[in-house]
Amino acid sequence: MSEMNQEVSVNEVKEDRVAGKEILRMVNVSKHFAQVVANKDVNLTVVEGEVHALLGENGAGKSTLMNVLYGLYAPSAGEVYYKGEKVEIHSPGQAINLGIGMVHQHFMLIPALSAIENVVLGYEGNGTVLDLKAAAKTFSDMSKQYGMAIDPWMRVEQLSVGQQQRLEILKALYRDAELLILDEPTAVLTPQEVENLFDIIRQLTKEGKTIIFISHKLNEIMTICDRCTVLRNGRVAAEGLPVKDIKNANQLAELMVGQTVNLKTDKSVAKPGEVVLQVKNVSALNDRKLQALNDVSFEIRAGEILGVAGVDGNGQSELVKVLTGLIPASEGQVRISGVDCINKSPKQILEHGVSHIPEDRQKMGMIAAMNLRENICLMEYDRMPYSGKGGLLRWSWIDEHSRELCSKYQVRTPGVQELAGNLSGGNQQKLVVGRELDREPKLLIAVHPSRGLDIGATKYIQSRIVEERDRGAAVLLVSTELDEVMDLSDRIIVLYEGEIMGTIEQKDADRNALGLLMAGIKNNEAQAG
Amino acid sequence: MQGITSFLQATLRLATPTLLASLGIVFSERAGIVNIGTEGMMLIGALAGVMGSYYTGSVILGTLIAMLVTVLFVSIFGFFTVIIKADQTVIGTGMNILAAGLTITANRAVFGASTSPPSIDVFDSWRIPLLADIPVIGPALFNQPIPVYLAFLFVPIAGFIMFRTNTGLKLRAVGENPRACDTVGISVTKVRFLAVLYSGVLAGFAGAFVSMGQMSFFTEGIISGGGFMAVAAVVFGNYTPRGVMFSSLVFGAAYALMPRIQAASMGIPGQFILMLPYLITIIALCLVIRRSNRPTSSAVPYIKE
Repeated sequence: MSEMNQEVSVNEVKEDRVAGKEILRMVNVSKHFAQVVANKDVNLTVVEGEVHALLGENGAGKSTLMNVLYGLYAPSAGEVYYKGEKVEIHSPGQAINLGIGMVHQHFMLIPALSAIENVVLGYEGNGTVLDLKAAAKTFSDMSKQYGMAIDPWMRVEQLSVGQQQRLEILKALYRDAELLILDEPTAVLTPQEVENLFDIIRQLTKEGKTIIFISHKLNEIMTICDRCTVLRNGRVAAEGLPVKDIKNANQLAELMVGQTVNLKTDKSVAKPGEVVLQVKNVSALNDRKLQALNDVSFEIRAGEILGVAGVDGNGQSELVKVLTGLIPASEGQVRISGVDCINKSPKQILEHGVSHIPEDRQKMGMIAAMNLRENICLMEYDRMPYSGKGGLLRWSWIDEHSRELCSKYQVRTPGVQELAGNLSGGNQQKLVVGRELDREPKLLIAVHPSRGLDIGATKYIQSRIVEERDRGAAVLLVSTELDEVMDLSDRIIVLYEGEIMGTIEQKDADRNALGLLMAGIKNNEAQAG
Repeated sequence: MQGITSFLQATLRLATPTLLASLGIVFSERAGIVNIGTEGMMLIGALAGVMGSYYTGSVILGTLIAMLVTVLFVSIFGFFTVIIKADQTVIGTGMNILAAGLTITANRAVFGASTSPPSIDVFDSWRIPLLADIPVIGPALFNQPIPVYLAFLFVPIAGFIMFRTNTGLKLRAVGENPRACDTVGISVTKVRFLAVLYSGVLAGFAGAFVSMGQMSFFTEGIISGGGFMAVAAVVFGNYTPRGVMFSSLVFGAAYALMPRIQAASMGIPGQFILMLPYLITIIALCLVIRRSNRPTSSAVPYIKE
């Protein structure tokens, strides 16, 4: 690693600060969890009215640092100065009183309560008897002022993800927050919603609010932020770097990862073979008995990647569940290598050479309370060489195989007896990917394969998926990350409300065309309009 | 007519212990605590009330002592479940066993094993003038012991507290998403612990009413499932005070029906009739299992990272 070089560049940028009054200064903050160092001697200085990016990979210590600032964690060492005064923040309540607001990555809202109840929850200005009507009026005025209209009487569970985020921002503003921490705010938004959020951020800073913007998405930082502090392995890799001085995303990526990164996944031209997966007129209902898939038909050939784009919740999840036998289809046909596979059990389907990297590794991909080797035999425990005659597991072979798999797929772990739940998210995902690819599938179904992973792990998993294609697997790639779908897929279908809006070849794909299809606007309509 | 009046009167009176106890635990349930130990709390309240009344000579003082002792008792449950974050079902069951043994021992130590019970001050019916003169329902509704009136009067008040006050909002939020409450500066531990203590106040009252309103002394196992019925009433009543009142009345009616079926001697074995309230409970719970205000974090301890 080029630790030394980094130190030099840090010193260079320290001199060049955006002029303005300092609102927050964190000095030499450290935070340990048992033996693990999450933050070490971190310095962060934020100036009033700026958008300050806190950049780093998953596990670099961004959220920990902000949770220290917000009073959720007690720092092991270090000092915090707010508006020039030294403060010790022991609880979120105290942070709120100082004027610090935080929008967490996983929204801290209560779905069963109304929007306004969520806003006033825990607010110190509440009377003994709540006057929700008055609060709703204040809230509505404020939401109009910032162009984030939300019906205060709606239950939160009825709000879209974008609206919930706006509600979180308004909740902080309702408490007169001056410094607003946004933790990975764009992770759950569509491209259009991201634009919307950026407009809101611009308006907030115009009114003198200060934003700390936590992200690992480089383009967003280049677009919206004024300065940038980079964390790597819990330490500062660059402090207060003015974004206008940054030449390109690659430079930021290098600071973040500590080595040169290639942001583009290399991929040769596809050489499609015979049809592996044939989906014909498939319809299905979701768990609320509503139509989730409507007359969906497509094919994937060996050696090709078909990407499925779309805003989350437009039938992607149901499509994958029908293909893997987790929910029944109400109509249609699914053939895998010519064999009828509709409404068969998952086990029967997997036997036709299907591998599945599920959308939620914690819930569907692995068992957190089991160790690595147990997780690795989940699919094939009942056959040779995993188990011998009489159905006893052959642990010595499994151990050896697990170790091989961990080293081949770069799963960093103290040993194969480690609980899967103790691994970092990236290593968990590599474990799942490794187990699934190890079976050399004819059909690989990969759903959000890089969700929540850092650049390194993402690139690694993406290149593995491309390798599978080159080996001759048919790949169905479902992702809400447009860049991922556009980079990897040979062809892209867009799902909107359970229907295929269109099929686009990779060479013709751009954000605009896909974005329109994702919003349910077909090509000819767009041209006509 | 006489039959209807006495049936209604019995229904209200028999619904009261369930109603009182469940108006307490509906609050702790909303905060995310499932207190299977309600049975034990009522048992403690029943004995403490009798002892209080015996020594002070006043049923009111006896009831206050019952509340106080039950709060002390339930604070053990609160300490283990909310502060130590132990499993609520295990601790609740333990509390029931503890209460069963403790009340038997204390009762025999104080009153002796075989003597006939001394007479104590108990709740008498309190006739409300004019209203009690209304035909049929008058004597049924307005000639009851004071705790019956209090229990039913408290239903709208409890509803107001739960849905209109700051405390009620915190309480409901803590049961749904404790972490979110933490981030807006609410102490989850404090809210949950206070909710548990509060449920002890009402469970103690309910127990005291069983031993000094329905009966006039303490007998071993006097609650006989009443606490479990109160837990069931909260679920059946969909976690609202009004719903809890409805389900308590259903259970009360089942209890009131029992001796009347027996008296009609329709050839049904007595044991089956005794099962009736419990059978109704099971059927009722099966019917409502799907629609629910059940808090998302029900029975899940909140552990800060």
